[in-house]
Amino acid sequence: MWRLLRALGPYRGQAAGALISLVLMTATVLGSPQVIRWVVDNLADALQGGTAGIADFDWRVVRDGTLLLSGLAVGRGVFNFLQNFLGEKASQSVAFDLRNQIYTKVHNLSFSYHDRAQTGQLMTRATNDVELVRQFMGQGLFLMITSSLMLAGTFAVLIYMNWRLAIVTGVIFPLNILLLVVFVRVIRPYFGNIQATLDKLNARLQENLSGIRVVKAFARADFEIDRFAVENENYRLNLLKFINSVSKVFPATFLMSNIQLTLILGFGGNLVMQDALSIGDLTAFITYLIFLTMPLMTIGFLAGMMVRALVSAERIFEVLDTPSELTDAPNARVLGSVAGRVQFRDVYFRYAGQSTDVLKGVSFLASPGQTIAIMGKTGSGKSSIINLLPRFYDVSSGSVTIDGEDVRAVTLASLRSQIGIVLQEAILFSGTIASNIAYGRPEASQAEIEQAARAAAAHDFIVELPDGYESRVGERGVGLSGGQRQRVAIARALLMDPRILILDDSTSAVDAETEERILEALRLLMQDRTSFVIAQRISTVREADQVLVLEGGHIVDRGTHEELVAHSSIYADIIASQFNRDAAREQAVLRRQSSPTHVLQERVP
Amino acid sequence: MSRATRSFELAAQVDETDSRSLRATAWRVMRLVIGYRLNSVVVMATMALASGAIAFGPFMIGWTIDNRILIEAPTVQGLYLPLAILLVNYGLQYLGFRWQFYTMGLLTGKLMTKLRADIFARIQSLSLSYFDKNDAGDLMSKLVNDVDVLNQFLSQGLTQLIGGLVRMLLLLGAMAALDWRLALISLCAVPLILLVSTRLAAMARVAYRRSRQSLGAVSTELEEGIAGVKVAQAFNRVEANQRHFDRLNRDNLEANVGAVSISAAFAPAIESLNALTTAAVIGLGGWMVLEGRVTLGVLISFLEYIRRFFFPLQEISQQWNILQGALAGAERTFELLDQQPDLEDTPDAVELPAVEGEVEFDGVTFGYEPDEPVLRDVSFRVGAGQTCAVVGPTGAGKTSLINLLARFYDVQSGSVRVDGIDVRDVSQDSLRRQIGVVLQENFMFSDTVQENIRYGRLAATDAEVAEAAQLVEAEPFIFELEDGYLTELGERGGTLSQGQRQLLSFARALVADPRILVLDEATASVDTRTEVVIQNVMQRMLRNRTSIVIAHRLSTIRNADMVLVMDHGRIVERGTHDELMALGGLYADLHTRQFSDVVSPNGVPPAEPATAA
Repeated sequence: MWRLLRALGPYRGQAAGALISLVLMTATVLGSPQVIRWVVDNLADALQGGTAGIADFDWRVVRDGTLLLSGLAVGRGVFNFLQNFLGEKASQSVAFDLRNQIYTKVHNLSFSYHDRAQTGQLMTRATNDVELVRQFMGQGLFLMITSSLMLAGTFAVLIYMNWRLAIVTGVIFPLNILLLVVFVRVIRPYFGNIQATLDKLNARLQENLSGIRVVKAFARADFEIDRFAVENENYRLNLLKFINSVSKVFPATFLMSNIQLTLILGFGGNLVMQDALSIGDLTAFITYLIFLTMPLMTIGFLAGMMVRALVSAERIFEVLDTPSELTDAPNARVLGSVAGRVQFRDVYFRYAGQSTDVLKGVSFLASPGQTIAIMGKTGSGKSSIINLLPRFYDVSSGSVTIDGEDVRAVTLASLRSQIGIVLQEAILFSGTIASNIAYGRPEASQAEIEQAARAAAAHDFIVELPDGYESRVGERGVGLSGGQRQRVAIARALLMDPRILILDDSTSAVDAETEERILEALRLLMQDRTSFVIAQRISTVREADQVLVLEGGHIVDRGTHEELVAHSSIYADIIASQFNRDAAREQAVLRRQSSPTHVLQERVP
Repeated sequence: MSRATRSFELAAQVDETDSRSLRATAWRVMRLVIGYRLNSVVVMATMALASGAIAFGPFMIGWTIDNRILIEAPTVQGLYLPLAILLVNYGLQYLGFRWQFYTMGLLTGKLMTKLRADIFARIQSLSLSYFDKNDAGDLMSKLVNDVDVLNQFLSQGLTQLIGGLVRMLLLLGAMAALDWRLALISLCAVPLILLVSTRLAAMARVAYRRSRQSLGAVSTELEEGIAGVKVAQAFNRVEANQRHFDRLNRDNLEANVGAVSISAAFAPAIESLNALTTAAVIGLGGWMVLEGRVTLGVLISFLEYIRRFFFPLQEISQQWNILQGALAGAERTFELLDQQPDLEDTPDAVELPAVEGEVEFDGVTFGYEPDEPVLRDVSFRVGAGQTCAVVGPTGAGKTSLINLLARFYDVQSGSVRVDGIDVRDVSQDSLRRQIGVVLQENFMFSDTVQENIRYGRLAATDAEVAEAAQLVEAEPFIFELEDGYLTELGERGGTLSQGQRQLLSFARALVADPRILVLDEATASVDTRTEVVIQNVMQRMLRNRTSIVIAHRLSTIRNADMVLVMDHGRIVERGTHDELMALGGLYADLHTRQFSDVVSPNGVPPAEPATAA
């Protein structure tokens, strides 16, 4: 709560303005019944005096009263507007800050955070939670102050006017509060039920829509309709139960206020008869009554809003408070242009929150320009190796060095700018194709972009798109196939012209022809660079200068493809399982033509 | 005031729909409401009761002041009766409100439930081509949102709109009965309020539309930023992205502040008009009291009346904005409800009798868009019990074959026959009951393993389910799950591996024991052990059934009785694997590309040299 208020800090001018306007508005609101009282009392006096009294009546009372009321009316409008506007503006600014902070935070959190966090959840925090907090700050907070002020002010005025009648009026007030508490108590359990049944209903719909092909394939429409009807009716009944309770309790608040009114009329009327109260006072009391009922209901309503906003705020701060475990060391140097000599020395690594190491004493050396293929089963630690190099994670012990520099001793920016990465999943951003290729080097010229695209075998399909390089991708943009996305991603890495390259070489879900084109592009990309490849295909392994075979976090074998084939049974197993779908049976019919693999193999000694 | 903002936000969602269609939609909604005749009569009656009681209260207060307090020799006893009448009145008001809320809730509850059920049923009847055009996620959010807005309007807005109108009319009647001149003064504010609120609403709509659009940009950037954060970090784009986001965020802030400056004026404007009217009534009323035209009690009654009069006015003008949003939602909902299924059983469709399983495509031409054929004059026949493998590059039209056989779509020309019966002449249900389909994606429902298998045939006993699972060798992993067959699968079967899901969808197809099996082999990689299991299971499944398989596995192709090679919507080659290899055409070519990367465990290139170009 305090932290939320502190978030208002930079906008304290606006907040203070809103607060002042709020006080002034309350004053105008509370003031007008007094004017009415004054006019009514004067009128009543004049009437009592009979014809003479009326003749003596000072007409200015009515005129001034009307003018005064008009002035108060205008003032009320102006201050109310100012309070609304300034409060909203301040809260919008806070929301702006929070969103910016979340975005920045998310970008600076390490991979280990993002491994655990879910996109949807982060999204909810940045949108829904921020919105709830904003609503509460802009409307709830100030309304709450207004309401409290109004309640206190009204009581003060009533006591000042006539304390006995004020007590009579106040007698029912605790009942009102009690009613409100009962109301909240009664309806709260329903909220959970309603939300739960609605979620179920929506889940049914969601599942049905995503599985519609299965539903149709098995001709299950009637079954699905029946299932939906059950949830639908369930939701309706839960909602009806809620409405039933609300309809019993909610109108009772009006009943209470009306009973208060009757009490005022009764006791007040009696006091008027005894000349202990003027008729104007009675009128004013009746008018003030609304200022006792409405604020109370508002506060009750806001209490729920506040609880939700505070929960949201907590969730936001949780994200903001997550420490970025990966930051530049205080005395981090800028990594100069490197040759590309990469060394892992006795590296141990475990993911945060895990109890076992995924890398156990991994050591190897990659000379500049070499291609290192990494092989192993799922979970053997392949991806961990490539994640440690650009320092997406920190080693638990041991060290990773590039040209002899520990990656932890240099700035992240300078380190990563020399490492090109093609991730398994080719993520593109909404924007043009050109801007996606230039993602890592926004200042690249069109010629450079095209050169990279050509090298990645992407140029041909790009120029065939309606707007060529300026075609939009992502949301509301052209749809690209998996293979095309991948080639754009390769071009993106190529444009960086990095000394060190990391490839998660996966071409799943593309047809054979595309696959070949991608492979060719990859080969080009790897030339003359130190490259690390998680190998999915045999051709890559064959071309590698060094193959690392991982199992359970250890390097169990290393060497060239030929060496390993000759010596390593583990390697043979992996090769068999990974590449040999039907190999034994197919040998007879398989032919190796002049495939690009072959051509290249001849070139590589 | 928060309601005003919300109502503007809703109104901003309405595109410039022409008002005539909105009016038609409004009538349709009204007809639906009035359709619950008894219920709506009760709602109106309770509304009238509550409103009448509200209108009576201030009159009684004024009367009491005039006739029981401001008289010569007033007595406390004189107050008893009027106060009792007031209490009874307020009691009636409570009852009116209570039952108005309840009956209205009952009515809208029934209405919305029926609407939801209708929508759901309609969705089931639409053909797949509809879902090709409409993304499931989009459809979902649109449905939920539209129905929700409509629900909100019906359950709250309608009460306030109609209830407010009824109340205003009754209050106005009561005021006019007391004194028509003062009533006229009070009425003066109404056109002013309508003017102010419509003007403000129009301005606000423009402003909020801008704010919505800029918010859309912010959300998109957020979503992408979060989803692509690893790439952003890898490419050193963190700072540039932050600057970009800051700019979008600032645009949104400015648009919001602009919108708020308008909506913040809404409530104050109406409150001010309310207070000004009070001032006018005091001025005119004060003069009239002195002139002896009205009593002091009438004046006090009027002060109360004005407050009550303005309250519904404020609500109505806010609801007006919500109404438009709700109507736009209703319109889209009705559009969906009115969507004619483009693929229906013919009126004289018969049940498909138990088939032998002969499948024939006869001169079939088909396209998802009328002028873009994906199948051109395709003819082939698969004898009962035979296996037919379909191969070809992406986009050759393989999946369309499956879609036509199960009649997810209709052919444009030619015909698809099962045992010589055109699939269009039989009911869709009876056709699909005899065709087991295994799709590529292996969709699982969030239900137990058992129920997911049983989905193939609802009447299957637990034993039959288990039998199917055993047949596909899924039992070993099922027993490893926490609760065996009763294990709840997460959303879309997320807790299972690809291979496991594939086995379960095999079991699901098998539990129906179909004569015809249609299979789209998954390309996704599975681990070696599962791969072996899947291959074995496939052979077993295909045995003795007519099967059409979009094949990616060599073993499947080699075991097929017939291989169809498709390219650009045509069958370009057909025959057995060996025949096609000997032919040396597209198949041989595809085969080489797809499977040549395979080496034998000893690392030596396979023995036989190339025999074809």
